[in-house]
Amino acid sequence: MSTDQGAGAAGRIAVRKTYKLYIGGAFPRSESGRSYAVTDHRGGFLANAALASRKDARDAVVAARKAFAGWSAATAYNRGQVLYRVAELLEGRRAQFAAEVRAASGAAVRAAEAEVDAAVDRWVWYAGWADKLTQVRGSANPVAGPYFGFSLPEPTGVVAVLAPVSSPLLGLVSVIAPAIVSGNTVVVLAAERCPLPAITLSEVLATSDVPGGVVNVLTGRMAEIAPWLASHMDVNAIDLSAAPEPLGCELAESAAANLKRVLRLGDGDWSAEPGLERMFGYLETKTVWHPVGI
Amino acid sequence: MKFEYAPAPESRSIVSLRDWNGLFIGGEFVPGTGGSGVFKTVSPATEEVLAEVTSAGAEDVDRAVAAARAAYERTWSVMPGRERGKYLFRIARILQERSRELAVLETLDNGKPIRESRDVDVPLAAAHFFYHAGWSDKLSYAGYGPSPRPLGVAGQVIPWNFPLLMLAWKIAPALACGNTVVLKPAETTPLTALLFAEICQQADLPPGVVNIVTGAGDTGRLLVGHPGIDKVAFTGSTEVGKEIARTCARSRRRLTLELGGKAANVVFDDAPVDQAVEGIVNGIFFNQGHVCCAGSRLLVQESAAEDVLAALRRRMATLRLGDPLDKNTDVGAINSAKQLAKIRTLAESGDADGAQRWSPPCVLPDRGFWFPPTVFTGVSQAHRIAREEIFGPVLSVLTFRTPAEAVEKANNTPYGLSAGVWTEKGSRILWMAGRLRAGVVWANTFNRFDPSSPFGGYKESGYGREGGRHGLEAYLDVH
Repeated sequence: MSTDQGAGAAGRIAVRKTYKLYIGGAFPRSESGRSYAVTDHRGGFLANAALASRKDARDAVVAARKAFAGWSAATAYNRGQVLYRVAELLEGRRAQFAAEVRAASGAAVRAAEAEVDAAVDRWVWYAGWADKLTQVRGSANPVAGPYFGFSLPEPTGVVAVLAPVSSPLLGLVSVIAPAIVSGNTVVVLAAERCPLPAITLSEVLATSDVPGGVVNVLTGRMAEIAPWLASHMDVNAIDLSAAPEPLGCELAESAAANLKRVLRLGDGDWSAEPGLERMFGYLETKTVWHPVGI
Repeated sequence: MKFEYAPAPESRSIVSLRDWNGLFIGGEFVPGTGGSGVFKTVSPATEEVLAEVTSAGAEDVDRAVAAARAAYERTWSVMPGRERGKYLFRIARILQERSRELAVLETLDNGKPIRESRDVDVPLAAAHFFYHAGWSDKLSYAGYGPSPRPLGVAGQVIPWNFPLLMLAWKIAPALACGNTVVLKPAETTPLTALLFAEICQQADLPPGVVNIVTGAGDTGRLLVGHPGIDKVAFTGSTEVGKEIARTCARSRRRLTLELGGKAANVVFDDAPVDQAVEGIVNGIFFNQGHVCCAGSRLLVQESAAEDVLAALRRRMATLRLGDPLDKNTDVGAINSAKQLAKIRTLAESGDADGAQRWSPPCVLPDRGFWFPPTVFTGVSQAHRIAREEIFGPVLSVLTFRTPAEAVEKANNTPYGLSAGVWTEKGSRILWMAGRLRAGVVWANTFNRFDPSSPFGGYKESGYGREGGRHGLEAYLDVH
């Protein structure tokens, strides 16, 4: 990556990419006008990423809320198709993602490629859940009376996610996909040290059929932004798994203000097949009763 | 008021008709061997010969089963579900990409209106592959234990009413669960199955995972009786289904059957008439009534009968019968001369039994196989047209007074595939649904299909379900 940004053999100067935020389907800079230097694993300069502010976080929540009605009302089949198409586009950017993963983590070529492959497969795995969650999570309830009852999963709403630091792409995909597959919309704060794959992922999302606002990506400092997300009264759930202590506990306490659903899972082995808990964590269960009779 | 429509035919140039001298075995089109023959498939709308197709003999079926077995053991059953799923996603995508071609070919070979093949058959077939692709690596969540195993080689025989869609219903779940298949399409509609074989090649599906053998009933008999298969899946008539059940009774192989029906479409007097009439028309005239779950018995509450029947006749008069490739056509051709003869015989029995026949004024084309949309009133439960599956655009109307009588009459049939209920009262819908002995009950709608929704019958409409989480059971070793 650093090589193709340098001068080529013929003396051509590479055109460098500006990494910006991704909010409501657009790529704004931070309203604060701030940025921070992102470096590779050896400390070499890679790019200036936008340093998101409280205002950017609030804008992202507004965009996510606006997108919720449409995304959650789409049929499960449609959401599955749209998400599968994202996987197709991810596969097409394999080389770019591998380069970014390598730059961020210093992984060997093979390992970086394996992480990208796993990220694509992970996305496909979640895409396939869109039209199956209801059958696995829902039920018909044999109540003791002349009523027909059923319980269905529904998305909880706007989900704020702190992306894991340990795995810049696979981890990122593994925390976004389970939220949006069921119809939630997301504000994700990219890992502070390695945010570039997150911005490239948003470029993929921007050119896919995922409506703007379904996924919003912020880059910046967790300590600065996460408290605003955790205390935001229009956020319904928050994934704090990536927050170190004691920040995690403080954020969980703020999240109690509007009883956010809080996910605090381990930042563990992202290569293992995930269970259902991340998807279930963002679901409400709705139970419907209806009388039976002539 | 009468609307005139200019012809709006879909171009057939997208389809390259050729003779398919071959069977799809082990990933390639191979010629039939000793015992094989050739048959012609015609367009039921014009009787034009569309193609010559190979009729597979015993040796061919042997080869196909051997290819499926080899692929099962060496490739498919040991491949991680995640990778199997990718092949199914590819197939779903190619079905979408080649949807126009598939729709035109289906309409040519089957006689169904292009509007239906384009808007129903092909998109649903793609959706079926898409849905099951996702199950491939999630079988441990389907409720059949932590790591359910496939069965092995499935022999599948499908009917002519929804050729590509029935293929999808059979192949997608079988492959998702890790089985390999030998499929026999119907004698009168083999072409989209052969095009599907080409799609398997485009998807680089490993050779032998899908094998297609064309032929008539004899080929089907060879397949379902073959000692090398572990599972039989059949969709078709109850008569043949029983024959297959007898054949399989002598072995331990698993069997699912999706057979005939004589569905009651029950209309209460509080139902919105226009909406109910749309449902009645869709229930019996969709796909010329060549639908196993067709709402072929209209049970209408006596107090509403006059209004409903008047509205039904008005609506039927606007149905457009003719060139299936015309985008305005509602009712296409009857699939074969044999089926047309059967429909005529049963309709004549309706006359003889004393029911009153009515069809809207309707010009039938000179060539091809055609039967006008027809409604019989004054039908009693003893009439053949109230008891036997006509599998054509013929509706038998009976009346009832109370919900209990409606249930009694609706269930008075050896079949139990589907039923319809029309009423504004939700509690009554559920009361009826609880009492109707049918595998699918549509309320204030009819003929809805979705890959996530299990489909299949009670009683002599067969056993096993296709689609949804429940449909996976048919292709998993869960016993």
